[in-house]
Amino acid sequence: MNGRAVGVVGHFDQLDRFLAAIRELRASGLDNLRVASPVPHHEIDEALGRRESPVRVFALVGGIVGAIFGLGLTINTSIGYPHITGGKPIVSMPAFIVIAFELTILFGAIGTLLGLLVNARFPRLHIGPAFHPRFCRDQFGLFVFCAPDEIESTVQILRHAGAAEVRQVDGDVEV
Amino acid sequence: MADYKLTYGKIDRDLLKTMEAPGRTWYILLAIAIALVALGGFAFSRQIRYGMGVWGLTHPTMWAIDITNFVFWVGIAHSGTLISAVLFLFRVRWRASIYRAAEAVTVFALMTAALFPIIHLGRPWYVYWLLPYPQVGGLWPNFRSPLIWDVFAVLTYMLVSMVFFFTGLVPDLAVVRDQSRGWRRRLYGFLAQGWQGTDRQWRHYTSAYLFLAALATPLVISVHSVVSWDFAMSMVPGWHSTIFAPYFVAGAIHSGLAMVITLLIPLRRTFRLDLYLTQTHLENLAKLIVLTGLIVGYSYATEYFIAWYSANDFEWETFRYRALGDYAWGFWIMIVFNSLVPLLFFIKKIRTSTAWLLTISLLINVGMWFERFIIIVTSLARDYDPYTWGLYRPTWVDISITAGSFGWFFLWFLLFAKLLPVISIVEVKEQLPPPMMGEAGSGTQKAEGEEEAVR
Repeated sequence: MNGRAVGVVGHFDQLDRFLAAIRELRASGLDNLRVASPVPHHEIDEALGRRESPVRVFALVGGIVGAIFGLGLTINTSIGYPHITGGKPIVSMPAFIVIAFELTILFGAIGTLLGLLVNARFPRLHIGPAFHPRFCRDQFGLFVFCAPDEIESTVQILRHAGAAEVRQVDGDVEV
Repeated sequence: MADYKLTYGKIDRDLLKTMEAPGRTWYILLAIAIALVALGGFAFSRQIRYGMGVWGLTHPTMWAIDITNFVFWVGIAHSGTLISAVLFLFRVRWRASIYRAAEAVTVFALMTAALFPIIHLGRPWYVYWLLPYPQVGGLWPNFRSPLIWDVFAVLTYMLVSMVFFFTGLVPDLAVVRDQSRGWRRRLYGFLAQGWQGTDRQWRHYTSAYLFLAALATPLVISVHSVVSWDFAMSMVPGWHSTIFAPYFVAGAIHSGLAMVITLLIPLRRTFRLDLYLTQTHLENLAKLIVLTGLIVGYSYATEYFIAWYSANDFEWETFRYRALGDYAWGFWIMIVFNSLVPLLFFIKKIRTSTAWLLTISLLINVGMWFERFIIIVTSLARDYDPYTWGLYRPTWVDISITAGSFGWFFLWFLLFAKLLPVISIVEVKEQLPPPMMGEAGSGTQKAEGEEEAVR
């Protein structure tokens, strides 16, 4: 997000008021919202109309890469240095599947972690002015980007929806 | 699990209280742990100086309590993943307050377990030979060897557990960051990676957490199976058995649950967490122990049955030797502590009494340590040819390094108890019905199927 965003932050104490405010803002055409909450809730994602997270694709790709890497590593190195041990074939699939399985899991987990870092933009060194410590504690925060002439009406909507506190800020929650 | 009076703010206050400056007991325990680590370190330095001869390992028992400790600690790790990942996938609500501590046990137990193969190498500076890396001679690890499977399984398990543990911590670290000052704020701010609980962060975070749990679940089963194949793949009587994988996995969870109970009880007492760690949690763990204890007992019986039914002299002799031979005392500790004592948890009065829970969990820890000792030592001490029989006796080095491993594990756990939230703040909050309008005691709050959250 651009660092110079201008917007309004509403603090909400109750989840249902908070959800109602999100719906109301979206209905009035203000769709550029960002929210912060102490706990995750599916209702919030639904109210915001967010899609399913793409992290699952990262997990799948990681797992597939791990499986191919595990089989490739074991088969190639065994053929490259063919030395019979324990009277077993050079390419002993049952043994190699164990390695491939472990690497599937390992790469799948690394893929998941990468998916999280990339999609959620981690790590973050700075915390934006719109953030408030209470968003990690007991309040729900609703950040609305808007043009300077929309500020007044947005503040009204948030107040009307039952926000405990409304602040005007110069910068995003996340940046 | 939760109480009606709990609010988000109260949860923060209560759970962050555990991170206040430690008292004298903590420092005494820390000193004991450091002393044990120092003792183990000194014994290890003797091993480096004089070679593996300072251990009690001699032909034919070239594996003894070093590998016992390895299998024991890997096993301890398993219950943490069971509680944090498997119970998460099954949406078991009572998991919320205990999973953080259980997962810490997993990570620290693996950090302890991983030391033993390295120590046991004799020349630990060659440890990198275990890893596949291109070298001039074109030589690679022998992937047909179960010992190399073990390297992959345990390393994967350690890395995935650490990632899972840390991922779960991040939102809590942000809570700590926001409520502390000075260097602590900077430290936890760094660790929290700029967590702000935004919709984008939560959306990807919950998805990633689910996938990590889903990946950890088959992993935990594979790891102790692979550890068991270290034995089962060899042609040693008492080891070469197909029951080993499930038997080891059940045993691992059995010992791990006992260790979790052993650690949760003092944690609950010192931090006064009765509201969060209720009797129900301990009781549920005790019920799980009954299950794993029954599986372990069944496995012992099956091993004997197969040894007899196979009509193989060597197999039967090994099992006769276990029960009646030189190490019979250890065998009976194993049978009684692992499969008979846990049956006492069938009695409600016993599984709801803290004193009984602590006693029985400690006995299971001892019993499971002896299980590994008996499996490893008796089979090697007497395999086929009487010419190669021998006895194993530990020296002070064996015992000191074992003691050092316990010191190492508890050292990490003590640091964890003071530096990180021992109960997941965010997950406990999730168990509460979210704050709604018309809250203040009118009883008309909308629950939307959340009612069963309050138990």
